[in-house]
Amino acid sequence: MSSVPISWYLMLAALLFAIGTVGALTRRNGISIFLSIELMLNAANLTLVAFSRQMGDRTGQLIVFFVMAVAAAEAAVGLALFIAVFRARRTIDVNRLNLMRG
Amino acid sequence: METFIFLIFAALAVVSSLVVVMHRSPVYATMSLVVTLFSVAVLFVLLGAPFLGALQILIYAGAIVVLFLFVIMLLNLQKEGEAAGRWRGQLWVAIPGALIFIGMVGLVFWRQGAPDLQPLTPDLVSLKGLATALFTDYLLPFEIVGLLLLVAVIGATVAARRAPDAADGSGPLPREDFVAEETARKEARP
Amino acid sequence: MNPALVATLLKYAVMFGVFINVAPIMNWVERRACAYIQDRPGPNRVGPLGLFQPLADAAKFMFKEDVTPAAADKLLYLMAPVLALLPAFTTFVIIPFGPDLTVGGRTIPLVVAPVDTGVLLFLALSSLAVYSLVLAGYASNNKFSLLGGIRASAQLISYELALTLSVLAVLLPVNSFRLADIVAYQQTHVWNFIPQILGFFVFLVASFAETNRLPFDLPEAESELIAGFHTEYSAMRFAAFFQAEYTNMAALAALGVTLFFGGWSLPGVHLGGWLGAIVGLVTLIAKLCVCMAVFVWVRWTFPRFRYDQLMRLGWKVLLPLSILNLILVAAMTLAGWL
Repeated sequence: MSSVPISWYLMLAALLFAIGTVGALTRRNGISIFLSIELMLNAANLTLVAFSRQMGDRTGQLIVFFVMAVAAAEAAVGLALFIAVFRARRTIDVNRLNLMRG
Repeated sequence: METFIFLIFAALAVVSSLVVVMHRSPVYATMSLVVTLFSVAVLFVLLGAPFLGALQILIYAGAIVVLFLFVIMLLNLQKEGEAAGRWRGQLWVAIPGALIFIGMVGLVFWRQGAPDLQPLTPDLVSLKGLATALFTDYLLPFEIVGLLLLVAVIGATVAARRAPDAADGSGPLPREDFVAEETARKEARP
Repeated sequence: MNPALVATLLKYAVMFGVFINVAPIMNWVERRACAYIQDRPGPNRVGPLGLFQPLADAAKFMFKEDVTPAAADKLLYLMAPVLALLPAFTTFVIIPFGPDLTVGGRTIPLVVAPVDTGVLLFLALSSLAVYSLVLAGYASNNKFSLLGGIRASAQLISYELALTLSVLAVLLPVNSFRLADIVAYQQTHVWNFIPQILGFFVFLVASFAETNRLPFDLPEAESELIAGFHTEYSAMRFAAFFQAEYTNMAALAALGVTLFFGGWSLPGVHLGGWLGAIVGLVTLIAKLCVCMAVFVWVRWTFPRFRYDQLMRLGWKVLLPLSILNLILVAAMTLAGWL
């Protein structure tokens, strides 16, 4: 029997997710928003592995495998888009990238 | 012992994630993300997924964050300035909102009690079991993710390229007047 | 105390003792070997044959003035040498150095960390070596250091792929990530570098690139970018980079020896107990010495690759070769030859 109950892992994951959400909502720098999104993905991964352990089912670990691959693909494309945006507009500040507004 | 390790790395993960979200310099935020990813990898190992822990370090900390650092240095991003007055209220809304979120989650689990984790079976931890499941039950998602990565590589390469006929002549193809000049020079020489 | 914990600490002490002595010994070997290749005496004043030269160098490092650039990013500048030592001193924990030892009724595998994900852990930890280079270049507030740092990280991540794929091919016939299983496989079959010569070649070239050794040492090129990413580091901080580089070389050489040349085992030698353990350790160290000698030999023989040649080699030559090797080894394993 493990001495750490599952609710501790889930609360930690919720806390990390909440911190990531705050970061994604309040930062102006596009890269920092991206970092917060990676934090949220990690919190989700932690939840999946914790539940996989509790239910004795390996499916959770497999889903984490796929989430990591998708996160890598998303990071690559997102950063490439940031580079393209920077070349065109010379800024990453999301407050100033509002060409499509209104 | 396990509780001790969990508490240390959980605290480390929370502190470094706070630094990621709050520090003004993007390079410091990225390095704190590495610490967070490392702590989460240790927690994966504690939860009986050592393969995922190693993968986390290999993929996330060893490749994705390096990509972030590259882009930060390529774009020469400076520290963020102070938030303008109008946006400071956003933080006062976001933080209580986040706390309510945690509170709700916590409430769910305190109500349900704290069920203990099942003991680690060698079957759950085994790499062979994971690999077998990946290549038999989950073969279709595996292939689709491979395709997704291919699409991402192509997309990233195309998105980050300079336009070939950029007005400032910075494209990978040489400008037409330069090509004409070189051709004329080569033809002039006997 | 938990006996398993005691055993692990002792094993780590043994491996640490081996790997921390690599840097001073290699210092002397490198300078004498390069002098021999260049037809000059080399250090021969400090002690017989210059054998105490590393001691003199250590004293110099300790007493040299520690200069920090004024506009350097202090925290990152101080962290970079420490980050360089991190992968160097954690990657060798999965290298086995002897057969299983039976002490007081319990069998101790002679690996510091006998985990299921052996080689993967090595690759994961060694991929962290990029950070020290990039941060040293960035934090030094110096254009040449920054260029050196970015080139170094691009080089490292490019050759990591070829390295990983060539390692993966070795794992195919063995069906396991554990290095102990790979050594056991090589004890019953021929050493891996014979059937997988292509994979060995790719691993060799990729390991030169991963450790920033000539012909791939553009990041710290002495004639190109002053000293590349560690231009602004002096005294003990430079010694940390120096130590980290040699220890990384030794760890990667140990991995290569274990994957392709049978690790701690010799063909036909099957000793057990303490004698077997000592013979295993000595064999591993001897093979390591041969590998390090090859590293030094290549360094002073070949010219340096230019950055675009380096990237072209990594992506357009080594990566397809390593994939081809993987397919070949998979075919041979299916055919039952391996």
